[in-house]
Amino acid sequence: MSHDHAADHGHDHPSFLAHHFDDPEQQFDAGKLGIWIFLVTEVLFFSGMFCAYALYRSRNPEVFTFASTFLNTKLGAFNTGVLLFSSLTMAWGVRCAQLRQRGGLVLCLALTLICASIFLGVKAVEYTHKWDMGLLPAHFYLSQYAQTIEHHDWAPFKELVGQAHMTWLTKLCILPGLITIGFAAWLFSTLKSKERRKIEVAGSMLLTALAFFGGIGIGRVFQAAEEAAAAHSTDHGDKHAATDADHKHDAASADHATAASADKTMLVSTDSQTKIGAPSIEQIDQKGGAGLFFSIYYCMTGVHAVHILGGMVVLTWLLVRASKDVFHEQYFGPVDYVGLYWHLVDLIWIYLFPLLYLIR
Amino acid sequence: MSGSATVQAQNASDNYLFNTKGFLSWALTLDHKRIGMMYLVGVMGAFLLGGILALILRAELADPENWFLTNKQYNQVFTLHGAVMVFLFIIPSVPAALGNFLVPVMLGAKDVAFPRLNLGSFYLWVIGAIFFLVALLSTGLDTGWTFYTPYSTQTSGPVVAATLGVFILGFSSIFTGLNFIVTINTMRPPGMTWFRMPLFLWATYSTSIIQVLATPVLGITVLLLAAERVIGIGIFDPKFNGDPVTFQHFFWFYSHPAVYIMILPGMGIISELMSVHSHKGIFGYRFIAYSSVAIALFGFLVWGHHMFTSGMANVTVIVFSALTFSVSIPSAIKVFNWLATMYKGTVQLNTPMCYALNFIFLFTIGGLTGLWLGTLSTDRPLHDTYFVVAHFHYVMMGGTMVAFLGGVFHWWPKMTGKMFNDFWGNISCLVVFIGFNMTFLPQFVMGSRGMPRRYATYDPQFTVFHEWSTYGAFTLGLGLFIALGVLIHSLLRGKQAPDNPWGGATLEWQCSSPPPYYNFHTAPEVNDPYNYKPLTYRGEKGWEYVRPKPSTVPQQPDQVQV
Amino acid sequence: MAHSATSHNETSHGAPSHNAKGHHGFSHPTPVWQLIAVFLALIVLTIATVAQASMDLGNVELIASLVIATIKATLVILFFMHMIHDKPLNAIIFLSSFIFVALFLGFTLMDADAYRDIIELKTILPDPPANPMQ
Repeated sequence: MSHDHAADHGHDHPSFLAHHFDDPEQQFDAGKLGIWIFLVTEVLFFSGMFCAYALYRSRNPEVFTFASTFLNTKLGAFNTGVLLFSSLTMAWGVRCAQLRQRGGLVLCLALTLICASIFLGVKAVEYTHKWDMGLLPAHFYLSQYAQTIEHHDWAPFKELVGQAHMTWLTKLCILPGLITIGFAAWLFSTLKSKERRKIEVAGSMLLTALAFFGGIGIGRVFQAAEEAAAAHSTDHGDKHAATDADHKHDAASADHATAASADKTMLVSTDSQTKIGAPSIEQIDQKGGAGLFFSIYYCMTGVHAVHILGGMVVLTWLLVRASKDVFHEQYFGPVDYVGLYWHLVDLIWIYLFPLLYLIR
Repeated sequence: MSGSATVQAQNASDNYLFNTKGFLSWALTLDHKRIGMMYLVGVMGAFLLGGILALILRAELADPENWFLTNKQYNQVFTLHGAVMVFLFIIPSVPAALGNFLVPVMLGAKDVAFPRLNLGSFYLWVIGAIFFLVALLSTGLDTGWTFYTPYSTQTSGPVVAATLGVFILGFSSIFTGLNFIVTINTMRPPGMTWFRMPLFLWATYSTSIIQVLATPVLGITVLLLAAERVIGIGIFDPKFNGDPVTFQHFFWFYSHPAVYIMILPGMGIISELMSVHSHKGIFGYRFIAYSSVAIALFGFLVWGHHMFTSGMANVTVIVFSALTFSVSIPSAIKVFNWLATMYKGTVQLNTPMCYALNFIFLFTIGGLTGLWLGTLSTDRPLHDTYFVVAHFHYVMMGGTMVAFLGGVFHWWPKMTGKMFNDFWGNISCLVVFIGFNMTFLPQFVMGSRGMPRRYATYDPQFTVFHEWSTYGAFTLGLGLFIALGVLIHSLLRGKQAPDNPWGGATLEWQCSSPPPYYNFHTAPEVNDPYNYKPLTYRGEKGWEYVRPKPSTVPQQPDQVQV
Repeated sequence: MAHSATSHNETSHGAPSHNAKGHHGFSHPTPVWQLIAVFLALIVLTIATVAQASMDLGNVELIASLVIATIKATLVILFFMHMIHDKPLNAIIFLSSFIFVALFLGFTLMDADAYRDIIELKTILPDPPANPMQ
């Protein structure tokens, strides 16, 4: 292979090959190395938050045990499954791109997008539920809740929707709702034009947007089940606490049991707490620190969610290109690179799930 | 090869500067050389701004009382000076400006691996710079460039905007580093093995490793700081059981390696300059190459030496102090090898070489004074005094900035196709040398006598040192303006530069000055980058590469065995 | 790691020269059964990690959940991210990031642990809240 630069702009250069590369393999290798290095930066980016996590957990393990019980394990596990499935569809998509299966690739990318959207919908339920309970980052955590919410409400927004007592969840749904309407309109216009590829893309995007609300629905169902279970098991939780206290276990495990019951009773009513004699959240949290757990929780899952959003943007770009059938065995790099990124985001969640939700 | 006049005439229409015209042809260019030139203009603008701020500070410090700045204004000016110099000038200076121009050309590649990403990182730099400057100039940041908590979580300054600026600039730096690693790994032409790469590329490669590994941690650090201010996460706030020292760990995990982002490319430039202007092969090529990588990796082990007085645990302090000394080994290897390169070489004292010698002198002082700061017992009294200020200016300014200027002069004929006035270049180097030492040597003295840094006023006993330092600073400024004048004069009135004015054997001297759009008209011949035997001096036409015939290879003096 | 031996065999094309080879030189489509098997294994491991969390394992619990997470991560990296077919260099680069993470966490935690006993958990809550639930 000659390295004669002047002759390189000839007929030998296929359109998918950038001018400064010699052959498709060099282009692919360069991109692959680039994306791996980018993943390295992502790992180190997240490492800062893992460091904060390790630091504060090693200092106050009992606070983490206590605060973790406020996270809904079922929702976390469900979301883990959703992300794992999206990883499967993504990896399958790479395979389709390599085999030049246009339809398969479009389907896989659409499924990946839908999973991402469901994930975010569930996350929205989890977040808003905690905001409603006052489980906010350290500065606003619980005690300062009443003042800060007023202070942080977005006034123009409030006027827009009137003085209706919207929950956080409703507010969070406004933007996705608008996006859904937009995609529906787009789909409608493409249906008229009868261009199959555009219909595919628009349809996938509409489904993706709807999946967000699907995620919210699923999240609500899980949440309701949890609340119902809590209503039944306050009694049980109380007993649990009593037996645990007999254990010569330290405060941590006692905290855990009471916290669990406190969590659940909080959702039902504040009266029942006093009735069963369980300490209130404020009393348990007297020694403080749980706010820090939620700070770290919001930072880690929030930055992760931003990565999901970013991934959705590039997935959409891929979907548009895939519908135009540009990928084949010589040029599947972009699908592969986005796939690697997507798997890394999944990978981080694989660690976040046990570290945040499963502290016992 | 490409030395003849006819080829030059052809090149005139095909060089990268003029092959396309118009603002958009520059603003949207994917050519690494143009991007490098845009960076060069940008970082020089930042340097000018930072330099003017430095002169304002020095002018204020000529008098022990508040002369024309209030304490608050003084804080804002030194913050702006430090932040502009570090984030907008030193970090992108050599890697982004010179590196962008040189890495593909030296490597024999047509472009960097990801030209669009390259342009993107330039615009990230621009956006970050605008963000940063608007934030800082509007209400004034007064945290120092380090954003230490808990002060940065309480001050009324525009911390959030500034940290977002840093975040964006950080990603610009990451993408540049990523691009260079991939370029060097995958774009090498046949024959360009790892150990035929010029040492500047080794230095850039090592720098890129640090950029990729350390900068993301800065990203998350400033993001957490911004989150602290916006949603009150309390991670760094002792009021909520947060730990301010953690911020320093996070910050210095990036910012100590970042010191090597700043100095390593400078060292790479010096390796080139020493060899070319001594007309002698580099001494200890592999040692210099490996020491670059070693500095990059050791740089990650020593960040704690910035925190000896921050209340770290005793054992950590001792470990970090011990590790700190390990960095001096690869640095010393480099200095000794440069000196050995000059030994029995044909040293030409032209402007780039003068700057290189300047670098060795100043960097050695800076490096050696660092040992006192790395030693626990001496660091306790010297911490946060002018001793530290003088130390890092010797390394950062006397090292990186001087190397950057040397590199700009060295590659100026290649970048612009114009020669500069060597005499006035040498004068500028001399004035910079005198001014620099006059500025910062007194600071060592007053620092060791206890003059703390970051104060607008001081005890009158330090007046004489501060006055000398101020005179020196203005002399230094004069020297830099002379250098700028030499460069501008060269642009306007400079003679046409030959392809190889210095007699360099690396690949960039094989293409025309300035290079064509695709860098090489004919495939470059990859040889030992420090073998000067095939080069013959042709007067006005510079040095010409003559394919050596085995029988007529002239013996150079240094090759003769005694 | 176990996979490095495999990847050596698989990446014969990974030489720096970019000679034009066969048209299928660098794509390694993963078989469908492999994708599904990995996915099922990941789901099983997720169930396992939830299950072990509900058991009272004490101190082992953190280690157990991290071990399971690491097994899951390894599966994802090897098969979904195709590291098994990838060049050794890419694997080295990616895995080396964990060394630097370890360095970062290690030093920072070493410091934190050393002065852990001289700081106390501070009591927050300056004044008792009225009723945060309203």
